[in-house]
Amino acid sequence: MKKSFKPALAAVAVSLALISQSAVSAEEQFFPLVSYRVGPYGANGQAFYGGFVDYLNYVNMKEGGVNGVKMAWEECETEYNNAKGVECYERLKSKAKASAGPIHTMSTGISYALVDKAAADKLPLAMMGYGRTDAVDGSVFPYAFPLVTTYQMQASAIVRFIKDKEKGSLAGKKIVYLYHDSAYGKEAIVALQAEASLNKFELTLIPVAHPGNEQGAQWLKIRQEKPDYVIFYGWGVMNQTGLKSAQKVGFPRDRIIGSWWAGSEEDTVPAGDAAKGYMAATWNLAGKSLPLIADIEKTVYGGGKGNLQDTSKLGTVLYNRGVSAAVLSVEAVRRAQEKFGKGKAMNGEQMRWALENLNIADARLKQIGAADLLPEIKTSCANHEGSGKVKIQQWDGAKWVPVSGWIEGNKALIHPLFEASAKQYAKEKGITPRDCSKEKI
Amino acid sequence: MLYREAGQFKTSYAADQQLFPIRQDRIGVLLLLAAAFLAVPGMASEYWFSAILIPFLIFALAALGLNILTGYAGQLSLGSAAFMAVGAYAAYNFQLRVEGIPILVSFALAGLTAAGVGVLFGLPSLRIKGFYLAVATLAAQFFIVWCLTKFPWLSNNSSSGVISAQKVEILGHIFESPREKYLLVLTVVVLMALAARNLVRTSTGRAWMAVRDMDVAASVIGIRLMPTKLLAFAVSSFYCGVAGALYAFCYLGSVEPDGFSLEMSFKILFMIIIGGVGSILGSFLGAAFILLLPIFLDVGLPWLAELFHLPFSTATVSHIQTLVFGALIMFFLIVEPHGLARLWQIAKEKLRLWPFPH
Amino acid sequence: MQFFFEVLIGGLLSGIMYSLVALGFVLIYKASGVFNFAQGAMVYLAALSVVGCMEKGAPLWLALILAFAVMTLFGIATEKFVLRKLVNQPPIALFMATIGLAFFVEGLAPMVFGSDPRALDLGIVDEPIESILESAGMVISKFDLVAAGVAAVLVTSLALFFQYTRIGRALRAVADDHQAALSIGIPLQHIWAIVWGVAGFVALVAGMLWGARNGVQFALTFTALKALPVLILGGFTSVPGAIVGGLIIGASEKLAEIYIPPVMQSLFGGNFGGIEGWFPYVLALLFLLVRPEGLFGERHIDRV
Repeated sequence: MKKSFKPALAAVAVSLALISQSAVSAEEQFFPLVSYRVGPYGANGQAFYGGFVDYLNYVNMKEGGVNGVKMAWEECETEYNNAKGVECYERLKSKAKASAGPIHTMSTGISYALVDKAAADKLPLAMMGYGRTDAVDGSVFPYAFPLVTTYQMQASAIVRFIKDKEKGSLAGKKIVYLYHDSAYGKEAIVALQAEASLNKFELTLIPVAHPGNEQGAQWLKIRQEKPDYVIFYGWGVMNQTGLKSAQKVGFPRDRIIGSWWAGSEEDTVPAGDAAKGYMAATWNLAGKSLPLIADIEKTVYGGGKGNLQDTSKLGTVLYNRGVSAAVLSVEAVRRAQEKFGKGKAMNGEQMRWALENLNIADARLKQIGAADLLPEIKTSCANHEGSGKVKIQQWDGAKWVPVSGWIEGNKALIHPLFEASAKQYAKEKGITPRDCSKEKI
Repeated sequence: MLYREAGQFKTSYAADQQLFPIRQDRIGVLLLLAAAFLAVPGMASEYWFSAILIPFLIFALAALGLNILTGYAGQLSLGSAAFMAVGAYAAYNFQLRVEGIPILVSFALAGLTAAGVGVLFGLPSLRIKGFYLAVATLAAQFFIVWCLTKFPWLSNNSSSGVISAQKVEILGHIFESPREKYLLVLTVVVLMALAARNLVRTSTGRAWMAVRDMDVAASVIGIRLMPTKLLAFAVSSFYCGVAGALYAFCYLGSVEPDGFSLEMSFKILFMIIIGGVGSILGSFLGAAFILLLPIFLDVGLPWLAELFHLPFSTATVSHIQTLVFGALIMFFLIVEPHGLARLWQIAKEKLRLWPFPH
Repeated sequence: MQFFFEVLIGGLLSGIMYSLVALGFVLIYKASGVFNFAQGAMVYLAALSVVGCMEKGAPLWLALILAFAVMTLFGIATEKFVLRKLVNQPPIALFMATIGLAFFVEGLAPMVFGSDPRALDLGIVDEPIESILESAGMVISKFDLVAAGVAAVLVTSLALFFQYTRIGRALRAVADDHQAALSIGIPLQHIWAIVWGVAGFVALVAGMLWGARNGVQFALTFTALKALPVLILGGFTSVPGAIVGGLIIGASEKLAEIYIPPVMQSLFGGNFGGIEGWFPYVLALLFLLVRPEGLFGERHIDRV
């Protein structure tokens, strides 16, 4: 029996050797990808990280990197598990010492566990549409970036969309908030409550226990309540089950508006006909015909370097979201190089500065062919979100179609909530917030 | 040759009943501790501390707790992660709400809180046995996590239910670097492991084993089942609770109730089954195996795929990892159903005769 | 009151879906004493092989046959390569092995058939029956009724199979006493392979219905968690127990989700919904305190 351990020992030795491999050479910009492609949400991860890696490849193939600095990356599988996420982060961290692109975990739980660690290690942590939302306040969270938009701003934008649909008044209307009973679903409650008292609509909160593959009771309750709209923050199987259950009780799908974790092909296709007419928020559009996506298909997949095994995912909401996340990350690299030296790899601190001083206008987005892909973004020390805009899209049975322009949430109402929460965090942790007015650009 | 008990005569009861009766074991344990306390802190990298050694020690402690309950007292439980959650949230609240409380005291109180909750969920064990009890402990798993999500007071009214552990400060010294945290965790774990080793050879430990082997027979020979079983639940949950507090304060930093999932309970159960049910050493071996195997697969498989130019996509490699993990668990069970600790025992027996087995 | 009945009926119909998964557990536990945690993974594998085959162009009936073949092969392989090697080991080792098996399947199935969530169309629309909606104002889904019918047929045929066929009798003999069955010449290993095959078939039926209901995806493995309280309540060894347990769990869980949170809310303030995760377990636990062997389980007598 003892014999069988020898190969195992040898293998451990090999893996140790691999772990201690030297850092990436200087003229490469390294992206630590704390990703997931298996487990309950594996399909979502495959599309997102597929898009992310494809864009990095595209930048390398199309223009030879950013000012000659090639994009490099390494993936580590987290299976959407917090402890594994931390292990992955620690493993990739040593390679990110010299040059570090923002870390994308696409998991609220992992982001929460990494916020403090990344700040201590001076590595920028991007949380695009997920994660610790009060990190919008950059004075307390210098290294965490909930870029583009947050759960709360999204909820506020959805309310605004409904208000526009209802011809400007929500007074006396009834809205049900049906949510995944976790940090993800709970964050938006305060925002919706604030909106409810502002717009005088009646808000009913209905939580769904994880994983959400049974929602019979909840939807019967909704049927009884007869709300005008349902705002739906689901994730994974909860999305299909929700749509199917809505069909089962005969609730019209075009009165359900989901969050962007409930608005991808992975959510609607398995629900079949039940999803038709369903709407969801998104901060990036779907479609293969967008110039950038079409060019990626031609360049990267034409060149045989595509990351997706299943090319039918090209142009899906989550794939395009991965591309959008990569676009912002690469633009941040560009911004950092403008300030700290072109043709050099940027370290975590330099990238942090760049992410805090992003200014990507429509003109620039148009230049890279991403004009309709994502909204304009302009970040600052006090505002790590930088946009707060979403579009509402509708599932027509075969594809997602945008049905609104970019809608911004009620910043005046929501941002103070972040500041209060960040202040409490700073107090608990004994952090002295930076003075944002003294930050140099 | 090296490992021979012959000639070690015990002349007093104290000598006969000491923790490690064999001299070579004593030397071995001392060497191991010396290595863990002196050599490792000097050699290991930050990655090793914060991604491998600290979680290894914490999970070994939780596995030890479960092993006391399952391996020694024979009560199968699938709720260990929930008791860890109780420990983590209790320690956080003690730190938050009691002014100036030393951190180690709040860890101990967290353990006691978990023990209290453990006794509550241990009550059904007086009537229910075997897999019925295992599934019943799932009630603890889901109910506790739900409570932590639902009562905002427990997470200091944070809108997400996530708590961020406070600074670890002992006698004015702040434990911040992974190395310091490692030493703190190591000290706690070593002390508690020795205490466990001590506990299982007392009359309590023997009573547990009697209950495990057959509770009807145990009650016939005069062991009172109720206090014995409930004590096992209390001690086990205490260990899990302290492990949970360390998990929050020395490992992750921020924890959410959902993080203490059923999956984690299963992981702890894997550790004791792979490591060895009813063995203190087994808890450590099992924790090492279950934590290192996925990391090893994650690093090794892509490397192998590249080495042999296999056309695997990243997703496929990830799937193969899951598959191999499952296959290896089955393989180990088939080869040695009594766990890695049993392998060590066999090795010891062989060592006794080595190098002249005949 | 009408709302109460609506919830009650909805719950009973959901409960049937839990029973379907629980049945698979019962079959294997009854015949071999193995608590097969991989049953959820088997549901996933079965549903995935159906949609996988259909994606490659097979019509539904052919895909079903192929999936059944896959499940049978899987059962035989499990028996041959895992269970047979673990004969006479403690139950906990066998339980653990099935968890390993679950991981194995969760890695293998999506690798072969793809991991995207997919729709499965059985041609039954999950919509309220209009006549009932109009006359009684109650929502009852066509799909749920069909599922209940399927479950009834499945249970009856399983009961008949156990009662009247040669293999069925052998199965019952094995369940009663392994050694006695062996000594009168019943080939234990064949019987186990057959049981795993039958459990695979039950997993296929459960996978089809759950898959059509929520989409075919990884989360199908979570159906096992819904089945466990059913199992405790009904008893690990009883086929009718699985059905009755499912009905009780389904109905009480839905009623609890509607009526308990408002009560707690008035007591403590705050929002207390989402109790479906733990309520069935606590219910089953309370029930066990009264009857430790479940509703229809066999009473176990300890002898010293």
